[in-house]
Amino acid sequence: MTWIEPTNQEISQIINNSKNIAIVGASGNNSKPSFFVMTYLVGSTNYLLFPINPNEENILGVKVYKSLKEVTEPIDVVVAFRRADALDELLTEAIEIKAKVFWMQLGIRNDEVANRGVANGLKVVQDRCIKIEHARFHGGLHLAGFDTKVITSKRMK
Amino acid sequence: MANREFGFKTKSLHSGTLPDPNTGSRTVPIYQSTAFVFEDTKDAGDLFALRKYGNIYSRIANPTVAALEEKVAALEGGLGAVATASGLSAQYLVFASLTSSGDHIVSSANLYGGTITQLDVSLKKFGVETTFVSSNDPKDFAKAIRPNTKLILTEVVANPSNQIADIEGLAKVAHEHDIPLMVDSTLTTPYLIRPIEFGADIVTHSLTKFMGGHGTTLGGVVVESGKFNWGNGKFASMLEKVPHYGDITWWGNFGEYGFLTKLRAEQLRDIGPSLTPMAAFLLIQGIETLAQRMQDHVANAQKVAEFLKSDSRISWVNYAGLKDHPQKDLVNKYLPKGTGSVFSFGVKGGREAAEKFINCVELLSHLANVGDVRTLVIHPASTTHRQLSDEQLENAGVKPDLVRISVGIEDVEDIIWDIDQALSKATGKTQ
Repeated sequence: MTWIEPTNQEISQIINNSKNIAIVGASGNNSKPSFFVMTYLVGSTNYLLFPINPNEENILGVKVYKSLKEVTEPIDVVVAFRRADALDELLTEAIEIKAKVFWMQLGIRNDEVANRGVANGLKVVQDRCIKIEHARFHGGLHLAGFDTKVITSKRMK
Repeated sequence: MANREFGFKTKSLHSGTLPDPNTGSRTVPIYQSTAFVFEDTKDAGDLFALRKYGNIYSRIANPTVAALEEKVAALEGGLGAVATASGLSAQYLVFASLTSSGDHIVSSANLYGGTITQLDVSLKKFGVETTFVSSNDPKDFAKAIRPNTKLILTEVVANPSNQIADIEGLAKVAHEHDIPLMVDSTLTTPYLIRPIEFGADIVTHSLTKFMGGHGTTLGGVVVESGKFNWGNGKFASMLEKVPHYGDITWWGNFGEYGFLTKLRAEQLRDIGPSLTPMAAFLLIQGIETLAQRMQDHVANAQKVAEFLKSDSRISWVNYAGLKDHPQKDLVNKYLPKGTGSVFSFGVKGGREAAEKFINCVELLSHLANVGDVRTLVIHPASTTHRQLSDEQLENAGVKPDLVRISVGIEDVEDIIWDIDQALSKATGKTQ
């Protein structure tokens, strides 16, 4: 099965229908993109976050897990802040824990992994930032002058 | 949310201006507030560190201005936009962002006089040098590029020479040298051309002109494609740690969003040419009818140009839309819907006759602007381009007998009537 770039509608469904989010490669270093993203997710969303990093205990007051398998709650989205060559193994773990979405962050792409994820019934996002996509559908991106590509006559919540 | 690619007119009305989430207001509210309250100190800290989206202070961002920014970005097919107080300040933010003392810019010589002085007077004082290329051939732009060149700049249709730039050719040259192509598309607007579709990386506008259309409001905007690799090593400031924002890097933390985030959080913050909420509101009202107005502008311009072309009192007409324009191939490729409505013509009798023509018009307005819904005329050699040397005048294609016209959307018979009667008085001859 071949991965196809998700539409805005599909991304908005992932953003609005997910609850538990694992952040693999989360970091406590405040200049790292993953710390940046996690600050936003903690402060501006209602997601339950499960940061994953074998070398951290606690980031922004959130308990850190050593691996995906250590998390006992069901995970909706696995967000990957990992090198492209580490993604294959991570996808295998995501499939094992029955995650619904495998999300590769901005700047991260691996089409083989994406195709295998789709073949295993996961929704796969590549080269997108979950902070930016959340902000696209919740007003933040709009306030920063970016094109959200959202057109609707309904009042946004 | 609909899964649909909406059309240009729909985007002009709806992009960026959704119903207000707080009040349900259908038109965009004018958020006339200098500053915005924080939820608590942590919220304030996250906002200042750019870890959270939101409003702090209207110099950096404002909800009404943001509505305009998203609308223009959507119409241009860009990633996003930063609005500014004027077209010149929009350009200035880009130059300030991408160049430092010792850097170099390659620019078309066929530019608005104000852009030439911005580069050749103000930027030069800060140690940034510009090479102006008179030719229209991308190869000549390539020859002017040096190791310290940071960008190529052009307009789409030059004012007032009506030279058409080869956007795709210039983008190719720029990208071969790892630098962006910046296009001033003020006179064409995204209704006639979206330069990003032809490879441009940065598009600027004076929103004061056709975008607003009403001639009531100054404004400018920078739109970026989000496709340029700012991490290619040519732009150190995109990769260096930023101490003011907790040692982030613009490219590392924001990726494709880095350029515009930096432009807002550094250049707009430090230089300060912000657009006011009231101005943004007025410009939004104008943009709602951009397509309809541009259709009338180009249709009227075509008829006026053809009238002038056939008139014995006129020595020449520089309108890119005329059948015998030497750049017909570029017109067909880049501007199939029309080349805009700003062009120039020469009145027989030279400088004196041209000045007399200007003094004799009764409907056309004599003023220093273009892109108003009303028809405007001016004699550049004595006004807008007065600051240029003879050589710069020649390079910019400005002759002493040149009258520049910005054709409005009045009844075209009335525009032609006024030109005819003013020409009769100026030259002493009827058609």
